[in-house]
Amino acid sequence: MSQEANKSAEANVRIDSILELRTQSAWQQLLGAQSFWVTVALAIMCAVMSYLQPESFATSENFYNITRNFSFIGIMALGQTIVIATGGIDLSVGSIMGLVAVSSGLVLTAGYAWWVAVAVGLFAGFAAGLINGVLIAYVGLSPFVTTLGMLSVARSIAVVLSGNRMLYKFGPGGPMFKYLGGGEVDFGGGIALSFPLLFLIVLTIVMAFVYKMTAWGRHILAIGGNEQAALLTGVPVKTVKVQAYVVSGLAAAVAAILNVGWSGSAINALGTSYELLAISAAVIGGANLMGGEASAFGAFIGAALIFTIRNALLMEGVDSNWQGTFVGAFLIAAVYLGKIRGARRE
Amino acid sequence: MALLELRKLGKHFGAIQALIDVDLTLEPGEVLGLMGDNGAGKSTLVRVIAGSYPPSAGEMRFGGESVHFHKPVEARKKGIEVVYQDLALCNNLSAAANVFLGQELKRRVGPFKILDHATMARRAGELFKELKSETRPRDLVRQMSGGQRQAVAIARTRLSNARMVLMDEPTAAISVRQVAEVLDLIRRLRDAGVAVVLISHRMPDVFSVCERVVVMRRGQKVADKAIAHTSPEEVTGLITGAIAAA
Repeated sequence: MSQEANKSAEANVRIDSILELRTQSAWQQLLGAQSFWVTVALAIMCAVMSYLQPESFATSENFYNITRNFSFIGIMALGQTIVIATGGIDLSVGSIMGLVAVSSGLVLTAGYAWWVAVAVGLFAGFAAGLINGVLIAYVGLSPFVTTLGMLSVARSIAVVLSGNRMLYKFGPGGPMFKYLGGGEVDFGGGIALSFPLLFLIVLTIVMAFVYKMTAWGRHILAIGGNEQAALLTGVPVKTVKVQAYVVSGLAAAVAAILNVGWSGSAINALGTSYELLAISAAVIGGANLMGGEASAFGAFIGAALIFTIRNALLMEGVDSNWQGTFVGAFLIAAVYLGKIRGARRE
Repeated sequence: MALLELRKLGKHFGAIQALIDVDLTLEPGEVLGLMGDNGAGKSTLVRVIAGSYPPSAGEMRFGGESVHFHKPVEARKKGIEVVYQDLALCNNLSAAANVFLGQELKRRVGPFKILDHATMARRAGELFKELKSETRPRDLVRQMSGGQRQAVAIARTRLSNARMVLMDEPTAAISVRQVAEVLDLIRRLRDAGVAVVLISHRMPDVFSVCERVVVMRRGQKVADKAIAHTSPEEVTGLITGAIAAA
């Protein structure tokens, strides 16, 4: 019996052909990617809006505004996607933005250089992410509750530090700090890209590279796929999880610094409820809340879709209170789409 | 020289004696069947050998030297690998990614060290070929049959050049045809000089692939016999206690 089994196994194996075969062609992979379909939806929406509102929607100013507005959320969504890929969630990113804004704002108001304000802001995001990560990975608390706690703590500290004032009387570091968030690169021909968008583009490319080409990115996906397996095979699970929350905190810090620079003032309420937008953007872009699936481009395009919907509704004269309904409906549709794709794969 | 030698190995959890005075030797390239009812001490024995629990008493020698493992990583460094019942694979990654998980191959590009996908896929392909398994390195594990998953798990042990592989119920949850495939994988390991401990409830598997069978009952070794000198009936009797010892 065993000999027969041997023979049949040998007969079925064509090793030389095996290495040539890719399971999915590039085309199939594209069609299977949620971010592809979201991109299609976005393109359709832009085409329809350009037809309906050629005077206001399809203008370079509107393009500039939308892309800058979604960049802050896109940068946060990149960090959020990492955490979601490990099977966690980070509800604290909106409050971290407030904390970072106030920290940087106080440093600028006290007259320090712009780079000190940037460093202090990044450190605040780093510290909040580190506390989240250590509590989740080493103490073993649930990501939901831990980051919910941080949501409250970071916002409260931001309010206390700011003395509940708006900070805008920046010292000598002010102009450069404002340029970071408010600057742009003019490519000529009426095409200018804001610094926040350029930051988002660069960070998206970096993250796509990290998922595809680094062991760290693979470990993130492995932890989300099967944490126990990752542990047994020697992946430093706890360290990687802490790093995931730290990167998410840093992403929120970058978004906050750019936002303060752009608006020219730091308020402790910055980023209120942005965590929901960041999570929505990540999920619409194809991140699976069960973990193990992530796409850097998805985070980018998810954020773009949300802000284009909002912009389109405004231009069509729809009461802005309806925005939440549309964004929420898209979010649920995205989760449903992910479920269908998941079922087809099994 | 024996690869593994256990002398009077004991393990208790509080007042519960999980293992009592177990003696066991295993030669390189030997396939040992480890049988026993639920709670007989098979899994505890395997976990002690693999370094998950330190023993409470007795001595363990591996490759001629006395060893005291406190963590599975220490056992793995010495060449002891475990293929877990649930296989410890990531469904969302490819076969090659699973084989190399935690020990990825990298190449240097400027200041960066990036994953060497091509070499990992080729090397994983070679391992599957060596195991005569129809597993494609770039397939996602989620799309694979039970037998292919076993091949991925076993390819991992080949990668690290394990000298002994402990397999916990590898044929429990797969179809009859795939069982033959897995038993073949065990034979390939044996042919490569790797010692295999096969924990199984399935009498036909043990009798078709093992040279020796050890039966555990209530934490004690009650039999250690060459397959040629025993029968499924006798082993069943030993497991249930109808036959006291042999």
